[in-house]
Amino acid sequence: MNAQLVAELTVFALAVFVGFELISKVPTMLHTPLMSGTNAIHGIVLIGAMLIVGTADSNLEKALGFVAVVFGTINIVGGFLVTDRMLEMFKQRQPEDGDGDGEP
Amino acid sequence: MSRTWIDLAYLFAAICLILGIKRLSHPRTARSGNWIAAVGMAIAVGFTFAIEEIDTYWLMLAGILVGSIVGVVSARMVRMTAIPQMVALFNGVGGGAAALIAAAEFHRLAPEAGQLAGDHLVGILFSALVGSVSFWGSLVAFGKLQDFVPGRPIVFAAQNLINAVLGLTLLGAIVLTAITEQGVWLAVLMVGALALGVLFVLPIGGADMPVVISLLNAFTGLAAASAGFVLDNTALIIGGTLVGASGTLLTIKMGQAMGRPLRQTLFGAFGAAPEAGAVTAMAAADGDGSVRTASADDIAFMLAYARRVVFVPGYGLAVAQAQHDVRNLGELLEGKGVDVRYAIHPVAGRMPGHMNVLLAEANVPYDELFEMEQINPEFPQTDVVVVVGANDVVNPAARNQPGNPIYGMPILDVDKAHNVVVIKRSLSPGFAGVDNPLFYDPKTVMLFDDAKAALGKLIGSVKAV
Repeated sequence: MNAQLVAELTVFALAVFVGFELISKVPTMLHTPLMSGTNAIHGIVLIGAMLIVGTADSNLEKALGFVAVVFGTINIVGGFLVTDRMLEMFKQRQPEDGDGDGEP
Repeated sequence: MSRTWIDLAYLFAAICLILGIKRLSHPRTARSGNWIAAVGMAIAVGFTFAIEEIDTYWLMLAGILVGSIVGVVSARMVRMTAIPQMVALFNGVGGGAAALIAAAEFHRLAPEAGQLAGDHLVGILFSALVGSVSFWGSLVAFGKLQDFVPGRPIVFAAQNLINAVLGLTLLGAIVLTAITEQGVWLAVLMVGALALGVLFVLPIGGADMPVVISLLNAFTGLAAASAGFVLDNTALIIGGTLVGASGTLLTIKMGQAMGRPLRQTLFGAFGAAPEAGAVTAMAAADGDGSVRTASADDIAFMLAYARRVVFVPGYGLAVAQAQHDVRNLGELLEGKGVDVRYAIHPVAGRMPGHMNVLLAEANVPYDELFEMEQINPEFPQTDVVVVVGANDVVNPAARNQPGNPIYGMPILDVDKAHNVVVIKRSLSPGFAGVDNPLFYDPKTVMLFDDAKAALGKLIGSVKAV
C-alpha cells in the first residue's frame, strides 16, 4: 500500500467524523435546506469531471467527461441557488421577528 | 501553477465547505453558510483549471456553460412546492457524474491490463455502482414526487426473486470487471445498477421520498469521494465524504422525526402490509359510519366566532399547493379578531421543514408558526383546529393504541381541542395505512374536498358570515 493511499485514507476517515459532528444538532426546520446544501457540496465531483475531460485521450472519454462536467455543474449551480431560495424565505421574516434580536 | 498551491487551495476550499455545513445547521447562520460553501466550491473549481496535466479547455468550459445555464434556470423557475423533486434531480446528476467519471477513467486505464492499481479499481467499481444507483433512484424519486410515477408503493410478484437475481448479476459483474478489466463487464455493472436504483425506490411510498432522497444524497457523496480515490484528488475525497457522513446522519434524523426507523421506511413495502392496512381502514369506515360531515357554511360560522383557531397543514396541502389559500383564510379570520396559529409537525409537507418554507413563501408571519412542542399544550384552550390534508401526524392512535403501527410516533394532540375540522379528499388512510380514530371522534367534522377547493369555499363562506 503506497504512502499516497494511506494519506487519502487518513483524510477520508477524519472527514467521516467531521461530517457526523457537523450536524449533530440541527433543528427539523432546517432538514430540507441542509439536505439541499450538502447536495450542492457533492457537486465537487465536477473537479473530477474537469480532470477527465481536460486529459482525455479518446473521443469516448471526452464524451463521458463532457456529460459529467454538465452534470456536475448543474449539481453545484442549481444546488446552491435552490438552497439560497429556500433560506431566503426564512430571512424575509426578520422584520416581523418579535424577539428583538433581528434574526429569524 | 505548482501542485502544492493547488492542494493548498483545495485545503482552503475544504475549510469553507466544513464551515458552510456547520453554519447551515443553525437558522441564524444558514444562508451565509450556504454562500461560504459556494465560495469554497468556486475556489476548488477555479484552481482546478491550473492543474498542469490539463491540456484541453474548450470542452470543459462548454460543459460548465451548459450546466450553469440549466442549473440557474431550473433553480430560479422551480416552484417552492416542487423543491423536493428539484433536489432529487440535482442529486441524481451528481451521482451520474461520479459514475461517468468512473467509466471514463476505466476506459483510460484499462487497455494496459494488469496495470490498474487495486485501490483505483475498487474506487472505479464503487463510483460506477453507487453513482448509477443514485442517478436512477433519484430519477424515480423525482417521477414519484412529480406524479409521473404513481406515488404509492409499487410492489409486484417475485420481487424478492428479481432482487436476488439482480444482486448476483451485480456481484458477478464486479468480479468479472476486476479479473478481466474488460469494459463490457463494467457496462453490465452499470446497467445492473440502473435496475437496482429503480427497484430500490419504486416500492417506497411518496410520503417517504424525502428520506430516500436524503439517503441517495449520502450515496452520491460517497460516490464522489470514491472518484476522489480514483483520481487521487483530496478535494473530492473531503467534499464527498463530508456529504456521505452528514447525509447519512441527516437521513437517520429524518427517519426519527417521522417516528419510523429507516429500515421500515426502506424495506417496509416489501410484502403486502400497506394493502392489508388499507382494507382494515375501509372496513372500519364502512362499518360504523359515525363520521360527521359539515358544509363550508357551517364550518365558516364556527371559525368566524372562535377565539382561537389552529391550522394543521399537512402533505395534502403541499400536494394541492394550497399554502396561499390557507394563509388567506387565516388573515380573513384575524380580521374578525380570531387568534390564528399554525401548528407545524416536524415532518409536515413533503420533507421535514418543507412546510415552514411553503408557509413562509405564502407570507405567513413567522411568529404564527408553532412547532409541535410549543403548540401541544395549547390545544385544550383551542376552539377549532383545522386539519388540512394531514392524517398520520394527528392520529391519536399513536398516543393511545399500543400495537398500532404508528404507536409512539410524536403527534399533534388536535383531539384535545374543542372542535376539529378535517379537510381531506376521502377517508383513505395516510401513508402509514392505519385508520384514524380522530375522524370518528364526535367533536370532529369532515369536509371532503381537495385542500385548495375546500379552502376557497371556506374563504367565500367566512366573508359572507
